[in-house]
Amino acid sequence: MTAASSAPQPAPVTAAPAAPAPAAGGAGTGTPWPLVLPALMLFVAVVLIPLAMTVLLSFNDWGQYKGIEQVFILKNWREIWEDDYFLEMFLRTFRIAVLATLITALLGAPEAYILNRMQGRWKGFFLLVILGPLLISVVARTLGWALLFGGANGVVNKALMSLGVIGAPIPFMFTETGVVVALAHVMMPFMVLSVWAALQRVDPQIENAAMSLGAGHATILRRIVLPQIMPGILSGAIIVFSLSASAFATPSIIGGRRLKVAATLAYDEFLNTLNWPLGAAVAVLLLVALVLIVVGSNALIERRYAEVFR
Amino acid sequence: MAFLELDGVTKRFGPHVAVEQLDLTVAKGEFVSLLGPSGCGKTTTLQMIAGFLDLTGGAIRLEGRNLAEIHPSRRGLGIVFQSYALFPHMTAAENVAFGLEMRRVPAAERAERVEAALAMVGLAGFADRYPRRMSGGQQQRVALARALVIRPSLLLLDEPLSNLDAKLREEMQIELRQIQRNLGTTTILVTHDQVEAMSLSDRIVVMNTGRVEQIGTPQETYERPASAFVANFLGKTNEFAGTIEAGTQPARIVAGSWSAPAPAGFSGPVTVSVRPEKIGFAGAGQGLAARVAIRIFQGNHWLFQCETECGPAIVIRQNDGMAQPAEGEAVRLAWRPEDMSLRAAGVRP
Ligand SMILES: Nc1ncnc2c1ncn2[C@@H]1O[C@H](COP(=O)(O)OP(=O)(O)O)[C@@H](O)[C@H]1O
Ligand SMILES: [Mg+2]
Repeated sequence: MTAASSAPQPAPVTAAPAAPAPAAGGAGTGTPWPLVLPALMLFVAVVLIPLAMTVLLSFNDWGQYKGIEQVFILKNWREIWEDDYFLEMFLRTFRIAVLATLITALLGAPEAYILNRMQGRWKGFFLLVILGPLLISVVARTLGWALLFGGANGVVNKALMSLGVIGAPIPFMFTETGVVVALAHVMMPFMVLSVWAALQRVDPQIENAAMSLGAGHATILRRIVLPQIMPGILSGAIIVFSLSASAFATPSIIGGRRLKVAATLAYDEFLNTLNWPLGAAVAVLLLVALVLIVVGSNALIERRYAEVFR
Repeated sequence: MAFLELDGVTKRFGPHVAVEQLDLTVAKGEFVSLLGPSGCGKTTTLQMIAGFLDLTGGAIRLEGRNLAEIHPSRRGLGIVFQSYALFPHMTAAENVAFGLEMRRVPAAERAERVEAALAMVGLAGFADRYPRRMSGGQQQRVALARALVIRPSLLLLDEPLSNLDAKLREEMQIELRQIQRNLGTTTILVTHDQVEAMSLSDRIVVMNTGRVEQIGTPQETYERPASAFVANFLGKTNEFAGTIEAGTQPARIVAGSWSAPAPAGFSGPVTVSVRPEKIGFAGAGQGLAARVAIRIFQGNHWLFQCETECGPAIVIRQNDGMAQPAEGEAVRLAWRPEDMSLRAAGVRP
């Protein structure tokens, strides 16, 4: 593994890391650019313009009585910068997203591996079990957790309390743990799918090859299988992380008003406080942070694995 | 004592019989090929020897030890897979070193042996290449080096050359045979290519639908095929229906107006089988009457499609500069008695 980054020997290594070949797509190649116009117009109308308006909005002023004032000031940004409440809220948002990502990776990768080794009918059945939830609304899936653990009336809490296993309801609702667990559950299919896709590219004989060379099961998993599905785990992690950090339904149902994350805070500023400019600033900040994290880690992953996996 | 012994080896997948009652003994240092059409159970047999598949019946013994008691990772066999199954995240050197690492060979000796193995397969300068950046032939060599570096007692090759183009395949065949001769590693090769099997092996096991049709040296299986299947699978052959007439002394084979002294041990209807290159054109009055239907020039030889009274026949003549019969010409086909093989007709057509 470490040799991936070591310098090539002076010997006849000819292939340099994929030289750029900017041949296609030039003006002279006759690419029918006008054909992208409809899609481009749609993109501009429904994505770029609202986005630009949101960014502009975040620089406007707002007062309890005067409402939104179309000026260009840094008031909202300064407030976010100076008030520790926002720092805490953003830290919580990313902490929750990181933990949910870790849990989906730790559970989802083995899940995909086991699934991939199953035979015929069982494989199809369990694939349906894992992907089926995608067909159900996030709200419904999250409400399931609320039904199970929601205070003294939650089904599980009630049962455990009546059995005398616990004295008080398990603290789940309005806790960070609760949000993390529910998010991990909701996001699991994305991780499993991503690892599953990576597993499809693994030579089915490769584990036998390692075994014939004297490797035990643990070694095979650690040295042969894991490195090969790592790109799948990482791309799954990027998906889960960005979806978790910007998730709204799950944090708002489990976390509620008490435990705000960036998305629920922005929502509240827009619809309850009616301080649109501040909400816009929060939303823009979340977007920028996410884009930076995703693009950055994607570049890192691509550089790390470019040599090995095309 | 037999080095490797397959004793009544049987494998069933549900109701489907993949390998049935396979008996085979391999001597130390021998090169044996499992030859047969796709789906005849060659890979299954190899995977049972390797330990990736359990036997439904029978036993496999290596140097007297029953392999069922030895985990696949402890058998110490070298295996080259059809897909090569190289570790894509490791360089060529790391791939080759893996088996030595598992054996806890010290780093210095490991590096030495990896280098020697790569040099042996002609990849001395490619130690730091990743498999994805290598050609099929180079990947194939890495796979071979990886299998050989652990000094296996037995080398198993599953169609290792089938993904290479014809020219490279021929080169690799020669190289493979040389390496095997030099190292003296007992080798079992799986292939569906009869030329490959014949040019590489000491003995060939011809398989068909999970059964062994014949085991013998390349010459034996080619010259004395035990069944019509073997005769046809190992190159072209001509077959005529004939009868042994016991009335005369000594007995004669008769096919139409052609007849010849019959070898002992046959009676009644038989199938006469003669390879096309064994047939020559004879003078008037001798051999089997025929007419040249099509004549094809193929560089170093001529190919004649003839019509005889016993059916169509193919004749191959070396292009030795002599005049050859033209299309439409009447000829007589003759062959030496020892060049024809007889089978009782009706048995396994
Ligand atoms: N895992 C399996 N399950 C069911 N049938 C199998 C399996 N592996 C092989 N077979 C069947 O066993 C027969 C022999 O297969 P194989 O040994 O791969 O043939 P080949 O001679 O081409 O290597 C084939 O008919 C194949 O369909
Ligand atoms: Mg096969």
